[in-house]
Amino acid sequence: MMVPLSHYLVLSGILFVLGAVGVMARRNAIVIFMCIELMLNAVNLALIAISCNLGDMGGHVFVFMVMTVAAAEAAVGLAIIVSIYRSRGTVNVDEIRLLKW
Amino acid sequence: MIPFFPLLGAVINGVVGRQLPRQIVHWLACSTVFMSFLVSLYYATCRLPGLEEGHVLKNTVFTWLAVGNLHAEAAFLFDHLSMVMALVVSGVSFLIHVYSVGYMHGDPRYSTYFCYLNLFAGAMLMLVLGANLPIMFIGWEGVGLCSYLLIGFWFEEEEKASAGKKAFIVNRIGDFGFLVAIFSVFYFLGELDFISLRVAVEHGAADTLKAGWFDIGSFGTPMIVTVICLCFFLGATGKSAQLPLYVWLPDAMAGPTPVSALIHAATMVTAGVYMVARLNFLYVLSPAACMVVAGVGGITALYSATIAITQNDIKKVLAYSTVSQLGYMFVGVGVMAYSAGIFHLMTHAFFKALLFLGAGSVIHAMSGEMDMRKMGGLKKYMPYTYWTFLIATIAICGIPPFSGFFSKDEILWKAWAHEYRVIWALCWVGAGITAFYMFRLVFMTFHGECRADEETKQHIHESPASMTAPLVILGALSLIGGWVGVPALLGGANRIERFLEPVFEAATPVLAKFSHHSHAQEWLFVALSVGIAAAGITLAWYMYSAKPELPEKAAKAVQPLYNLSLNKYFVDEIYDATVINPIVKTSDFFLWRFFDVWIIDGTVNGMGRLFRDVLSQGLRRIQTGVVNSYAVYFLLGVLLILGYMLWPF
Repeated sequence: MMVPLSHYLVLSGILFVLGAVGVMARRNAIVIFMCIELMLNAVNLALIAISCNLGDMGGHVFVFMVMTVAAAEAAVGLAIIVSIYRSRGTVNVDEIRLLKW
Repeated sequence: MIPFFPLLGAVINGVVGRQLPRQIVHWLACSTVFMSFLVSLYYATCRLPGLEEGHVLKNTVFTWLAVGNLHAEAAFLFDHLSMVMALVVSGVSFLIHVYSVGYMHGDPRYSTYFCYLNLFAGAMLMLVLGANLPIMFIGWEGVGLCSYLLIGFWFEEEEKASAGKKAFIVNRIGDFGFLVAIFSVFYFLGELDFISLRVAVEHGAADTLKAGWFDIGSFGTPMIVTVICLCFFLGATGKSAQLPLYVWLPDAMAGPTPVSALIHAATMVTAGVYMVARLNFLYVLSPAACMVVAGVGGITALYSATIAITQNDIKKVLAYSTVSQLGYMFVGVGVMAYSAGIFHLMTHAFFKALLFLGAGSVIHAMSGEMDMRKMGGLKKYMPYTYWTFLIATIAICGIPPFSGFFSKDEILWKAWAHEYRVIWALCWVGAGITAFYMFRLVFMTFHGECRADEETKQHIHESPASMTAPLVILGALSLIGGWVGVPALLGGANRIERFLEPVFEAATPVLAKFSHHSHAQEWLFVALSVGIAAAGITLAWYMYSAKPELPEKAAKAVQPLYNLSLNKYFVDEIYDATVINPIVKTSDFFLWRFFDVWIIDGTVNGMGRLFRDVLSQGLRRIQTGVVNSYAVYFLLGVLLILGYMLWPF
């Protein structure tokens, strides 16, 4: 039995909103980071689902692209978080308000 | 093709010269120039005589600029005039390159020196061989650059560095005139190529040029061609050191002596004369411009000769003598005796290069001493230098059968014959003074007692062979170089005039009416010129050799005049007071302290202050540093954009 497209899209929407709220509401940098990943993957899911539904490989290609970028971004982002923790002893974004007027 | 050898040498020496051993550096430099000389010689002997009437040797390398109807080609022209110039330039350059090997042997920047010297030779050949005005201008600026680099070659000394700057700036003033003239030529004739220009002038463009241009009140309306010619001449006065722009040349003696010989005596400074001769077809249209050229030449010839009398620096005397001789050349081209001007240019290149190289040899022997009052009696130490120097001196004084006699006498005679009587008188007196100061130089340097201190005395020696060999060759040329132009009067055929005739055809009809002078008259003028030269020599001998105490008394007797001449008529001081100081003051107080600080800086700082203090007061509050709120703004922004894009649905 085929799972209809709408299910995928609804799941993707829920995941995206969860991620977005997490980014906005949480204070721990690592959690924010994971929420961003969640949003990216929600989008990936939507892309895959639509791509399958339309029979167009373009969506798959696009997902690979997003995953590559996400991997690179994860490496850089985690490195930044680790070095912030080493220098300031915290990963709470309220306590590292450096870029402030 | 000829200019490329030295340019190639310059590039190699400039790029890798520092790593190369000295032998390779100077072999490369000398051989490239010698190649140019050989190629010029080949063209002169094999190609030029075989040419049919009305044909020229022109070599278009590539089209350099083609914008609208402006069509400038990188083209080279080899006719009779450029041939003479190319041979003189490459020949004298080669000899001076060889001389430099000896003179510069201890210098730490040996390869740089030869790079500049090669670059100069290349640029100069480009100047004389260029087939149109832009190419000529490139060469013109190229030699100006080399001149600047070489005058300031020992830039560690403040004075020498500023002499270089002075030369460059004064030349810029002249170049401005040259550029304006090129623009005007293009504006009125639409051509820049020498041959096309000449053809255009012959076929009716002359009338366009003779029209009035603009009204300047009581002076009437000058003809276009007069204005153009005067602008060209302004360029020439800058490069060829004529009044009022001659001031850079005496200071240019700060450079190494071979450079003074090559650039500031034999070749570069003659570029102005060459240019006027090259553009003869324009100058013959404008009697007024010719008058100015000849007048400035005549006044300069006399004026700088009077300065040279009292100078004590051996190179300064020669520098003023160069200015004076260039004045003669301008008289030559100004009175439309173009071939006489070029002829004097050629003989002058020989004997003046020789004089400078001789002076260099003396300075070398005297451990860098240039003050003639500390020399004397060098004759027995330096026989080669002495004899060659003497030959050059006699040549410049105009005693037959040395080369200077034929060329200078030709100019004087033509000035009289073409009815420029006042100018003839100026030149005639100048010739006498020339003879006087040149022999003063010889007597003070080579004769009498040696006035140097003991330490220097021990070092006095004849220069090495690489320095004396060019001296001997140039000595021979100074002696016989004039024989190509023996006038009909003395049984010669004046071959150089015949030879250059095709280039100067334009002047022939204008001059036809002057050809009715008798031989007796001509003999009289020969006698007059030789007479005044002999008088000058005798006086110099009397004052500086027979009665050495006399000059001091004479100086006392005419104290004010003596001081005037010694201080070069205070021209540098006058320029300082009238031109340089106002500019410096204006720049300092108005341009810098007021305009730059208040207007320019004020605008920039004011803009910054405006944004910082006024506009950003509210906006900066947004920047809280809380990452989450940034994310919220970000999301809101995305939603807004999405909403806007999807609205029509």
